[in-house]
Amino acid sequence: MNARFDVLVVGAGPAGIAAAVRASESGTRVGLVDDNPTPGGQIWRRGAPQPASARGWLTRLEASGVQRLQGWRVFDAPQPGLLVAERSGAGDSECAELHFEKLVLATGARERFLPFPGWTLPNVMGAGGLDALVRGGLPITGKRVLVAGTGPLLLAVAAELVERGADVAGLCEQADLRQLIPLGLELFRHPGKLLQGVRLRRASRKAQVLTGCWPVEAKGRNKLEAVVVQREARRWEIACDYLACGFHLVPNLELPMLLGCRIENGFVGIDDAQQTSVADIYCAGEPTGIGGVESALLEGEIAGLGAAGRQREARRLSRKRPAMQRFVRALERSCALNPELRKLPHEDTFVCRCEDVPLRALREHHSWREAKLLTRCGMGPCQGRICGAATTFLFGWEPDSVRPPLLPARIASLRACGAAVELAQHNKETR
Amino acid sequence: MPETISLNIDGEELRVEPGTTVAAAVLLAGSRTRTSVTGEPRAPLCGMGICYECRVTINSIPHQKSCQILCEPGMDVRTA
Amino acid sequence: MTEVFDVVVAGAGIVGAACALECAQRDLRTAVVEQGSVGGGTTAAGMGHIVVMDDSPAQMALTRYSQQLWRALADRLPGDVEFDPCGTIWVAADEEEMDEVRRKHAAYTAAGVPAEILDAEALAEAEPHLRRSLTGGLLVPEDAVLYPPGAAAWLMREAARAGARLYSPRTVVAAGKGTVRLDDGTALQAGHFVNAAGAEAARLTPGLPIRKRKGHLVVTDRYPGFVRHQLVELGYLKSAHSVTADSVAFNVQPRRTGQIILGSSRQFDADDSAVDHCILAAMIERARVYMPEIGDLQGIRIWTGFRAATPDKLPLIGPWPDDETVWLAAGHEGLGITTSLGTAKLLADALTGSKSAISIDPYRPQRFTGAVAHA
Repeated sequence: MNARFDVLVVGAGPAGIAAAVRASESGTRVGLVDDNPTPGGQIWRRGAPQPASARGWLTRLEASGVQRLQGWRVFDAPQPGLLVAERSGAGDSECAELHFEKLVLATGARERFLPFPGWTLPNVMGAGGLDALVRGGLPITGKRVLVAGTGPLLLAVAAELVERGADVAGLCEQADLRQLIPLGLELFRHPGKLLQGVRLRRASRKAQVLTGCWPVEAKGRNKLEAVVVQREARRWEIACDYLACGFHLVPNLELPMLLGCRIENGFVGIDDAQQTSVADIYCAGEPTGIGGVESALLEGEIAGLGAAGRQREARRLSRKRPAMQRFVRALERSCALNPELRKLPHEDTFVCRCEDVPLRALREHHSWREAKLLTRCGMGPCQGRICGAATTFLFGWEPDSVRPPLLPARIASLRACGAAVELAQHNKETR
Repeated sequence: MPETISLNIDGEELRVEPGTTVAAAVLLAGSRTRTSVTGEPRAPLCGMGICYECRVTINSIPHQKSCQILCEPGMDVRTA
Repeated sequence: MTEVFDVVVAGAGIVGAACALECAQRDLRTAVVEQGSVGGGTTAAGMGHIVVMDDSPAQMALTRYSQQLWRALADRLPGDVEFDPCGTIWVAADEEEMDEVRRKHAAYTAAGVPAEILDAEALAEAEPHLRRSLTGGLLVPEDAVLYPPGAAAWLMREAARAGARLYSPRTVVAAGKGTVRLDDGTALQAGHFVNAAGAEAARLTPGLPIRKRKGHLVVTDRYPGFVRHQLVELGYLKSAHSVTADSVAFNVQPRRTGQIILGSSRQFDADDSAVDHCILAAMIERARVYMPEIGDLQGIRIWTGFRAATPDKLPLIGPWPDDETVWLAAGHEGLGITTSLGTAKLLADALTGSKSAISIDPYRPQRFTGAVAHA
């Protein structure tokens, strides 16, 4: 498959949807590529009653002329103006060449996982992870769930689980109360967010929320049966069917990095128009700073308008950015991880799940690259997305440079992008 | 009332609602998607196609990420 | 205070680590200087094959000698070295290549290397995923594969146990006339300086006839049993032979993990390590000619590396004529893993005046400078 767009948007979460809709409504030819079967990303994942804003944007997306490429994984950028993607799905595998004039990266974020004894047991999942499974059809009514980790996602997930009839045994937030107060103050500045927070709190009233609390062990024979949690000096065991545990979000930087976008303080560097350091490439949403749906929508609109040439409207909207940025920063501070969490894994706890590499094997190495070469940590199919965030927190290791493929892809697809490059070069020569 | 979808998980028939992911179906049918390199049972972790714990074989093709694949009638799913 | 050594080795890749071990075991005060991590350079980029090749009698001698050394070591190697005596099959695509199989069989047999001719049926049985219309191949059962960084790390650990000192991460900024200077100002007194810096060797010893030759590899997810032996097309030799053109050749290898490594490509004058999509496509296309189903496997990583190539495809082992304190152990092109052990023996024999199992003469650096040997 070979397609050309004026504006190509990668990621169909709120930021990508907003960018694609705005660009398309401006009259440009827009493509929206996303690796899930349906749009919405994580926070607007299908399978749960959608908030009004989600319904509104999804309706606009349906009505727009955006060409939607759902279920396609972008795995390489072989030359400027070109991305190649492979179709997800069993059996049929196709490769797509996506040519563009302008690119909007809305690749979102993923949960940060920290290792602790028993974290590899079946039914220990991320908070967003369990939510995704439930929206994908996993029955949760009557099941006992402990929610743990850090970040506002925990409250959102707990509320949804309660609404679905799960027995939420508790919510363990590792941040202590003092850390959360500035976020609370920031919420007052954003009445919309405050209402959301209060609504969530009401919904999750059934769940006991404990701050300064985290899981230290997941127990069970072949699947989860109980979780041991700790708060200050006290430890106790909670029997449960699922542990929904994630330590906030880390941005998906792989595609921006492959494209050469400058990374600043762990996020894609952008200007007020959402432009990255690479010409014709914009970035919106979580990869520029974890800020949730409202921030993602604003950034998506600015990027979409900018990519479509509507600079004046983009500039008008970008006046709202500073207030959003304050919220993003307050959120970041509130989710700062307690250094005690570095002590969670035991020597034999697996840090790399793809290759079963225990903590003990990693200790003697001085860099991510050395550890990869000599222990296989990060050499599995997840390409270090799970263990990389953990080792950055545990050891301060920085990841190394990004190479294609961004995700495992069929070897036949890897060959196809070579064909794209050859053809493009041939076209250049014959012009 | 939408028709349920019939598929096979490790040889056993399972009926699910349309829109169910293969990962959810596998968890409904049993408790693991794969076995780790040292023999541990594993199941989905991230739910969004990043952790690769949800890999199963679908219609004889291995290493399919079941959390991003919707159940289709007649699918033959094998866990490892 | 200046440290005094008999031997200072630049580079803890597989060749440098092997040399360090050999020297330390002979009670030479040995130091190794490594700018990154042990086995983290070209060694980490290589496939990890141990293969007898008969491009020339000298290459046959060194690869055979080294293959035997690896086999003798096999029982002592820990699991993370992933030593696997899987053997090599040289694959023939037509009758002309079958003639080459027969010639090779005779040559290997004459050299005492066990080899077996496989007809089309035997080849298909040995490797069911090869294209059926291939004519046959040559099985060399004593060839093996291993995991290069693991092997280099083990060699270096053994060298340390035998008394070798590792300076890492440190870079040699100057070496010659008995002194080795490091980037932190340390000066080491070295009776002999061994340049085992591989693709970077010419930086330390100006005038070395070593050129970088870029290669690409792809590794797959786990498919146990998909490939059982190292598989090489006979055209591999044409690819390795060529001194100018970019080329690809079918070469796949199983790993203990069940992953498959897919290669190979060769390019001169390609100085950056970025993936070259054109040659990657050509390499994959070549592999699919031999193994059609390989296209369906999940490729999880692509990487590049730089071989150290000499004009005659033989490594440089021995004294450098311009400075008798400088010795070379570099320029191994695609045979660094294989010949690391043989190189180390030859080097240490020459340094200590011991008799070698094979002659060091074909590998002497002086063959390029026309100077008279000093040692």
